[in-house]
Amino acid sequence: MRKHPVMQILLIVAIGTAIGIPIVLAIPWFPAQASAQASRIDTFYNVLLIVSVPIFVGVLTIVLYSVWRFRMKPGEEGKDGPPIHGNTRLEVVWTAAPAILIVALCTYAYTVLHKDEETKPNTRTINVIGEQFAWYFAYPAAGGKSVVSQQLYLPKGQPVDFNIHSRDVIHAFWVPAFRLQLAAVPGITTSLRVTPSRLGTYPLVCNQLCGSGHSLMRATVRVMPPADFQAWLAKQPLQPNPSYSFTSGGGSSSAAPAPAPAPSGGASAGAATTAAGKVIFTGSGGCGACHTLAAAGTTGTVGPNLGTRLVADAKKRGLALPAFITESITKPNAFIAAGYPAGVMPQNFSQILTATQIQALVAYLASVTK
Amino acid sequence: MALPAKLRAPGWYRAALFDVLGFGFAFGLVVLIRTLMHEHPVVDGKAITTVSLIAVPLFFLVGLGTADYWFYWAAGRKTRPEDHSAHGAHSWRDYFRVNTDHKVIGIQYVVTSFFFLLVGGLLAMLMRAELAQPGMQFVTPEQYNGLFSVHASLLIFLFVIPVFAGLANFVLPLMIGAPDMAFPRLNALSFWLLPLAGLMMLASFLAPGGSFASGWTAYAPLSTSMPLGQTFFTLAVQFAGASSIATALNFLVTIITMRAPGMSFFRMPLLVWANFSTSLLVVIATPFIAASQFFVLLDRALGFQFFNAFVGAGKNGNVIMYQHVFWFYSHPAVYIMMLPGFGIISEILAVKARKPIFGYRMMAFSLLAIVVLGFTVWAHHMFVSGMAPWIRIPMMITTAIIAIPTGIKIFSWLATLWRGVLHLDTPMLFALGFLTMFTLGGISGVMLAMIPFDIHVSATYFIVAHIHYVLFGGSLFTIFAGVYYWFPKMTGRMFDDRLGKWHFWMTFIFFNLTFAPMHLIGIQGMPRRVADYAQQFATWNLIISLSSFVLGLSTLIFMYNMVASWRGGPRAAANPWRGLTLEWQVSSPPPIFNFDAVPTVVGGPYEYGVPGAVHGIFKSPAEARPTGTIATSPTPE
Repeated sequence: MRKHPVMQILLIVAIGTAIGIPIVLAIPWFPAQASAQASRIDTFYNVLLIVSVPIFVGVLTIVLYSVWRFRMKPGEEGKDGPPIHGNTRLEVVWTAAPAILIVALCTYAYTVLHKDEETKPNTRTINVIGEQFAWYFAYPAAGGKSVVSQQLYLPKGQPVDFNIHSRDVIHAFWVPAFRLQLAAVPGITTSLRVTPSRLGTYPLVCNQLCGSGHSLMRATVRVMPPADFQAWLAKQPLQPNPSYSFTSGGGSSSAAPAPAPAPSGGASAGAATTAAGKVIFTGSGGCGACHTLAAAGTTGTVGPNLGTRLVADAKKRGLALPAFITESITKPNAFIAAGYPAGVMPQNFSQILTATQIQALVAYLASVTK
Repeated sequence: MALPAKLRAPGWYRAALFDVLGFGFAFGLVVLIRTLMHEHPVVDGKAITTVSLIAVPLFFLVGLGTADYWFYWAAGRKTRPEDHSAHGAHSWRDYFRVNTDHKVIGIQYVVTSFFFLLVGGLLAMLMRAELAQPGMQFVTPEQYNGLFSVHASLLIFLFVIPVFAGLANFVLPLMIGAPDMAFPRLNALSFWLLPLAGLMMLASFLAPGGSFASGWTAYAPLSTSMPLGQTFFTLAVQFAGASSIATALNFLVTIITMRAPGMSFFRMPLLVWANFSTSLLVVIATPFIAASQFFVLLDRALGFQFFNAFVGAGKNGNVIMYQHVFWFYSHPAVYIMMLPGFGIISEILAVKARKPIFGYRMMAFSLLAIVVLGFTVWAHHMFVSGMAPWIRIPMMITTAIIAIPTGIKIFSWLATLWRGVLHLDTPMLFALGFLTMFTLGGISGVMLAMIPFDIHVSATYFIVAHIHYVLFGGSLFTIFAGVYYWFPKMTGRMFDDRLGKWHFWMTFIFFNLTFAPMHLIGIQGMPRRVADYAQQFATWNLIISLSSFVLGLSTLIFMYNMVASWRGGPRAAANPWRGLTLEWQVSSPPPIFNFDAVPTVVGGPYEYGVPGAVHGIFKSPAEARPTGTIATSPTPE
């Protein structure tokens, strides 16, 4: 049998493809598959892999074959190859074939996307709010109120529309198990549709760099049987709908009084000031998102528990309590609580909050931790 | 007042003096304006730093002497006619002066860029050290965000883009038979803008609050609310961008007007075509990143609120607009970082396979197709950004279409290898490594164009893997190939081919061990730009970190080879690779004015295997007219 090089190549590529496809499909690429969308996307990715293997194997084979077959042998130092300038038929083929492949892939991608984003009956709407560095999930209830949670609870099998908001910078709502991701953009509402299909607990990850605490901005998604979900929802207290913008004090304007000359720190603050401080602390985008403080009823765990740590840490730092609190708000890296990394707490509170608001916060914190 | 001569003559002493003046100017201006506007305090460190970052580099450039000629001319004083005293380099000191010789500037560019490659690579090593284990070990999250931001910014703006400009600066005028670039003084200014941009990025580590830490993408409103270090990025990009634009204009004018007689567009080597295409991209696209960073600067320094969604009654800051303007540059920028590499590969494959480039015209046209298509795909970086959903569909289609001209190039290179006589030395190994690795990067690129898949893997380690297959396995491999290939021409010395092969194999193997697993952990759910990660990714991250350290070490072999060979390598012949293009027809290194006689181009650049083929001959067009069969072989020297 005559050994024609092109035939040899085709044979090697066919064998390589036959070996390569099962190997790439055997790689455990994906995390848990927990949504209707995920199964379509995984199938789509497997098709992409199958199409890719012969392309890469083909290029690799031609390179290696050329290296083996056409490399310069001793005595060929002055030799040149044949002056082949091109071949129109071949060039038409390798322009047209990828074009056809691309049309096919784009069509397939479009159908998957269309199916993923189809409107469905019986869809539940959940508001998602991202802020540095926490997620809130608000389940709308009657009378302009919501159930607000820091973990995401979902009933299995019911389509959900997430309306996603941000209170400060851009975040991204990503649940790898759902294969879905969308940015939370300040000022606008973005929407994402998913149908959870598998019970279990999955990570929710902020996937847009949002500052120093970005890698800690995680939450948990719990997909539950619908009955359990309803029971959970019914047990939750109703709260006013959360605001979608960074206004210190949950949309209440009382927290931002008219500018007044700041009184000297540490003096006994009036009840009005401490009340304003509490509003800032517990408000949307407030300290409670990351800090636990029993007196304010907050349970954040990104930063230290202020109820138990403030007084001791102020002693360690050698500062009076109000001075220590002021420093910790305006220069969070000046003293790092043991067991917590530096650089996580945003360093721009002295720019975001007015001097009066910081005064109020300090007065409030000093009064409840003394 | 008579200043000492050293302080009056252009040079480093005057530059130092002007730096002080620049700072004084910035200080005075800020204090004056703040006094007039009743701002308190009058002396504001942030404002002074911001203005200084603009003023000090400009004063430095004037002090160093990049603008002396223009000032003399503008003032109506006698300009010093070009006496060519600034041409050529006689000692290493000449590389630290303003020099208008394209060959000196080319080497200045390449060496400066490689300095920033080393710095950027070291930052990557620090990142990998932190990521070797879950949890925080060496740096704080804030510092980690700074590391990857500065790493990417340096390697994009101070390495890949300028190193290509440097290689082309040296080679391109020689290739088209020109004595220099069209605007030598502008060329010198373009170079000197670069180290300033790089130092500014590095200096951000000294800023209060740390270096800029919002990624090289600097998305607003994170970038508008970051500490002072961000301003260093915002302004450094302006200097690097200005340098890019000036160089690109220079290349365009040089290519259009200074080709040797007989060199029609379709007799130009593909490296020239590649730089022509790249320069078009730079000139059209780079002003957009300048605009995006000016928006950020105005927001930061003067409270313009372009990107503040929560200000004013209308709450009308537009956050997504930043990304549109940014990617309208930054997608074409990936072609700015790739097309010159395509040119390098075409040169090397033709010479090392001893065959004409397969489908020369389609190779040139596909470059132009990429230029045009490159402007129609930017929003594929924004499939999950929250922009209007319909935009995703046309962007997916145009993105996928770019695979067609890119595919044409890869298939044509493969066909060029076919039945050639392959010289498997270091430049060729890197060229072949590029072919395979760039194919992988291209495949993952088409996958990422597919919206449903991209929605899942956007901003994950899959993206990190893709970009490194394209920019490391792609661009950096072509850069290594090009530096080895033209090293004899640039330095007049041969490099050590054995060390070069060691360098290739170490780089190739550990590049794959470092970046291939990132595809997997990305799809499995590891986000990029995080200092800490879930326990399930610990094993892969350890493997990646260890491989990346070896990859880093492999660069030392390259550095040693370059330095030792430049100092003491064997003398290089004029044409060690038996190339036909014009740069190989002159001595190594080339004479000060490149050609003793203007060459005349009589044929295509890649006529390997055609008996008696000649690309250019060193005679005037009248003498060069062919008389019967051409038997003249190109004369070295």
